[in-house]
Amino acid sequence: MITQSPINKSLSPNSSFKKDVEPAASPLADFFQETFALTKRLFIQLQRRPSTLVAGVIQPFMWLLLFGALFANAPVGLFGEELNYGQFLAPGVIVFTAFSGALNAGLPVMFDREFGFLNRLLVAPLASRYSIVAASTIYIMALSFIQTAVIVAASAFLGAGLPNIAGLVAISLIVFLIVLGVTALSLGLAFALPGHIELIAVIFVTNLPLLFASTALAPLSFMAKWLQTVASLNPLTYAIEPIRYLYLHRDWGISTPVMDTPWISISFGIVLLILLAFDALVLLAIQPLLRRRFA
Amino acid sequence: MATAVLIANLQKSYGSIAAIKDISFVVEQGEIFGLLGPNGAGKTTTIRCLATLAKPDGGQVEVCGISAVDKPKAVRQRLGYVAQEVALDKMLTGRELLELQAALYHLPPVAAKERINSLLELLGLTDYAERKTGTYSGGLRKRLDLAAGLLHQPDILILDEPTVGLDIESRFIVWEFLGQLKAAGTTVLITSHYLEEIDALADRLAIIDQGVVIGSGSPAELKERVGGDRVTLQIKEFTPQEEAQQAKTMLESLAFVKSATINSTRGNSLNLVVERESDALRELEQSLTAKGWPIFSMAQSRPSLDDVYLAATGRTLMDAEMAAAGTRDLKAEKKQSMNRR
Ligand SMILES: Nc1ncnc2c1ncn2[C@@H]1O[C@H](COP(=O)(O)OP(=O)(O)OP(=O)(O)O)[C@@H](O)[C@H]1O
Ligand SMILES: [Mg+2]
Repeated sequence: MITQSPINKSLSPNSSFKKDVEPAASPLADFFQETFALTKRLFIQLQRRPSTLVAGVIQPFMWLLLFGALFANAPVGLFGEELNYGQFLAPGVIVFTAFSGALNAGLPVMFDREFGFLNRLLVAPLASRYSIVAASTIYIMALSFIQTAVIVAASAFLGAGLPNIAGLVAISLIVFLIVLGVTALSLGLAFALPGHIELIAVIFVTNLPLLFASTALAPLSFMAKWLQTVASLNPLTYAIEPIRYLYLHRDWGISTPVMDTPWISISFGIVLLILLAFDALVLLAIQPLLRRRFA
Repeated sequence: MATAVLIANLQKSYGSIAAIKDISFVVEQGEIFGLLGPNGAGKTTTIRCLATLAKPDGGQVEVCGISAVDKPKAVRQRLGYVAQEVALDKMLTGRELLELQAALYHLPPVAAKERINSLLELLGLTDYAERKTGTYSGGLRKRLDLAAGLLHQPDILILDEPTVGLDIESRFIVWEFLGQLKAAGTTVLITSHYLEEIDALADRLAIIDQGVVIGSGSPAELKERVGGDRVTLQIKEFTPQEEAQQAKTMLESLAFVKSATINSTRGNSLNLVVERESDALRELEQSLTAKGWPIFSMAQSRPSLDDVYLAATGRTLMDAEMAAAGTRDLKAEKKQSMNRR
């Protein structure tokens, strides 16, 4: 079964791959190579086990249908003049779906950790362990965009209308920002928590409460004062409100006020900055967790 | 010869458990070095410190003169690591797994393709390359893991218990393969709790027990150092305790017998350490017959590594295994080991 040559050159140590002797030719190229390979792995898994994607597309569809039916007979004008609940709901479902997907991003990493597969990555001379984060983010991002596209199409079909091209681009940007931050958060937890039971518990207690403590299902004005405050601090609200504005208005710019909080009203530009700050904060916060494992 | 691995006064604790109290050894370039010890001795913990998966509490860990603590990336580049438990992605095919591994070590894609083909061939995996690893048998999985560890042509290959749980044929393949590796100039560090395996494979070894090194050198040196020959003597197939005791007292009075112990797990047979030069068997036979003792069986042998272990710890490796098996909470450890640093 084994080739019986006395000395097999291909088993000899070879230093031609050992770039560390001099500084690596291009750490950036290495980073792209490892990120690409790790991403490819996730997509191969998805392709051979597509149930995640199927469920991820069916679920928001059910949200739209069920919540839409729940409030079907709400008094006209309750959610704003000339606004039906379907129109109101679509942005909430877009953001919430992207959020849930991103919140689960840490699970595969946690299973890799428990299974020992992560050690394979940790003993390799990765250019940066952020490649693990990057791969998961790209993967989750792709799923989120597929889901978003389905929701946008479905809600157009259910009568919520369709934003123009610029609006769609802006929606993509907002989805991108919220998914980035939440994915990083979830991955951070996957490195920090003891096991998948704990991670699932955290996902469980954050997922729905954050949905209800946002403006996804009802506007601020419906809420108790304290909940208004909570919702105005919830990053989800900062993603939902501008998308809702985009759904209803064709004229908007960077300085258009797109959302109200109990204290001030906030322009589109500031909303983007707030989402960016959220991302930056999370990425910084998980850095020690990645390094903790003896970087 | 240059030093491939240097471990000096290594220490590592998990909470109140001192997994490694004081371990030092040196692996020279091009040799097969064995770490031998019973379950729980600290072999895997040592390896994890070397492979930059765990951070030592104290001591030095160097690979080719590079500190694993200060320059982990440079060390990772030089090591191939095959863990005690094989962790493959069961959704990937063997080839896809190797492609991923190649990218993690930044092999240029064309070179990677060739390497993958030659390693698949070398380890007899070509026919299985396009199948998902989830369908592999234990032996196939281990071989694929071995191929992955060798993909970047490391200076040093670390194998943590490579043959545990393998069938005879796969075990044989691994052994033979290690021989080829050595011939090709790759340094190999292998852990095991099989005496025979280390005895046959290793150029040199360190025996560790409860987190300390209790002896190191070549197998021959170590055996030489404990001195004497071993004689296993059965008076009867099963000797009553009392008779065995009497025989022991008598035998101990003989000049060339250095020590005698009763092995109660083997029907109270007697284990003797006798002087190397003596014509022990003939003299024993004479003494026993003179005193009217029967002889069921008697055999003389050189000391084994187990005798080395016995001399240092007062128990056999097998006994140590049994003792360890009773006290370890493997489930808790598995969970904990994810959080090891
Ligand atoms: N995560 C952990 N938490 C607590 N104790 C641990 C942990 N890992 C190892 N130990 C303890 O450290 C000691 C050394 O364990 P280690 O896994 O290094 O042994 P080993 O020689 O590899 O054993 P085996 O032959 O069973 O693989 C043991 O006593 C073990 O119980
Ligand atoms: Mg072990």
